[in-house]
This record gives sequence, structure tokens and C-alpha cells, in this order.
Amino acid sequence: MKILFTLISGVLFGFGLAMSGMLNPSKVRAFLDISGEWDPSLAFVMAGGIFVTIVGYWLVFKKEKPIFSNQFSLPERKELDIRLITGSVIFGVGWGIGGLCPGPSIAILSNHFFPAIIFTVSMIVGIIVGSILFKPNKLNVN
Amino acid sequence: MSLCNENKSENMIVIDWSNFTPFTSLLGGVLIGFSAVLLMLINGRIAGVSGLLSKILVYKNISKNLWVFIFFTGLLLGPIFYSFLTGPIKSNSVVDIPWLILAGLLVGFGTFIGNGCTSGHGICGLSRFSIRSLAAVTTFVFSGMLTVYIIRFMGS
Repeated sequence: MKILFTLISGVLFGFGLAMSGMLNPSKVRAFLDISGEWDPSLAFVMAGGIFVTIVGYWLVFKKEKPIFSNQFSLPERKELDIRLITGSVIFGVGWGIGGLCPGPSIAILSNHFFPAIIFTVSMIVGIIVGSILFKPNKLNVN
Repeated sequence: MSLCNENKSENMIVIDWSNFTPFTSLLGGVLIGFSAVLLMLINGRIAGVSGLLSKILVYKNISKNLWVFIFFTGLLLGPIFYSFLTGPIKSNSVVDIPWLILAGLLVGFGTFIGNGCTSGHGICGLSRFSIRSLAAVTTFVFSGMLTVYIIRFMGS
């Protein structure tokens, strides 16, 4: 059952990404392009996603624990640090150049979209380089 | 005359109405939200793709993280199902291969250092009212917009 629901969760995610337009790098680029012809669609993706998740999490966290696990695995750190901000700046630069972020770049692989293969392989290299240079923050799950 | 030019060159935001898809984007976002809630309900996990990716790449506890592969399988199946219903998914690359490689490296490195991406910080983190995620999302949206602005300015 756990496997089935995990699979459903993944399918919903991929289906939602496809429907939202986030699998199209030129649409993502158009969202970030406020000085050109701005396409605000992706703000609606965030709005829809966050609205459902706020309500859903609120309901889920009323439970003692998840259905198939002993505890909720949530990041515990609260304080801001330079590493978080630096990483986010670097991520934003890559996102702006390629118009792809991690979820879409993986989801679109099944669509035989060649640029996503190049991007995803480079992204994996980037993660590995990051993990060699910097110790993982073990408290952070997301 | 000069007034007219001034109006045009002001930093006014021009919306691209022809490509604007508020309804499918909102609905797509809603589905992503349901996915995130479901994963929390059954596994107690954050649906952050970069986090899950580094979980299997870096922490290497494969038997404990088998569910990540199952989630990724679903992530790959989702767009296939969608294309059955609506036809081919539109994907247009915006850059050549060398730039794609650079972009991928930066995204992988940046999300690892910053502990999350658009899904982990953007959807899940903001929904938990995490200060770290709010800072991260504000930063990467701003830096993404600035990057696109610079690219446009350089005319490439």
C-alpha cells in the first residue's frame, strides 16, 4: 500500500507539472522575464500548490504520525545562514539560464526531451560536487 | 514625443497574454499540492525533488530510500499519462548544450548547498511557514529574474 500511494504521489506530481506548463523551459523563462513579455502563469502554479499544501499539511499534522511511518521527517533548523542564501542565488542563476529546475528536469525525461538529459546529468554532477565540497546538513530533509 | 518615449521605456510590466495559462497552471499547481500532502500523509516526507535526489546520490542508503525511486517512477509516468490525454507536451529549450550543462551544474550545486528547490522550499517549505524557505524562494526567484534580465541585456 505504501508503495502504491508513493507511486500515486509521484504520478500526481508529474501530471501536475505537465499540466502547469513547468515542463516547458521557454515558459519558465518567460515567467522570470519581467522586463520582456511576462507570462505570470507559474505564479498560479505556486499559488495553487501552496494553497492545497497549507490546508493539507494542517490536516495531516493533526495526526500523531504518518500512516506508514513512525514520524514526520521535517527540517528542524530555523535560522538563516549564508549557505542557504548562497545556494539559492546559485540555483536561481542556473534556473534562469536553463529554464529548468530539478522536478521538471526529471519529469520531462520520459518525454524524450534531449536537453533535459544533458541538464539532469549536469545537475547530478553538481549535487555530487556540492556534497564533496560541503558536508550535507543532516538535519535538513528538503 | 519625448513623453511618449518615456512612457514606453518606463519599466512597465508587459504581460504576455497569448501564452498566459492561469487555469491549467493553477490546476497543475493544485495537483502538485495534493502530491505533497499525500507524501506527507503516508511517509511523513517533504516532496522536494532536489532533496530526494541528493538523498539517493549522497546518502546512499538505498534500501531505506527505495521509496524515492518509486516516487521518481511516478514522476516520470505522470507526464506520459498527461500526454495520453492531451497530446504531446510542449517543451522548447531556451539555450544550447554548453549553457544547459552550466545551468544543470549550477542548479545541482545550488540546490544542494541551499537545501532545496522550487518544490521543497517553494511548495512544501512555504506551506509550513518556514522562514528558511521564504528566504530561499525570495532569493532564487529574484536571482532567476536578474539572470534572465542580464541575458536579455546581453542580447543572447
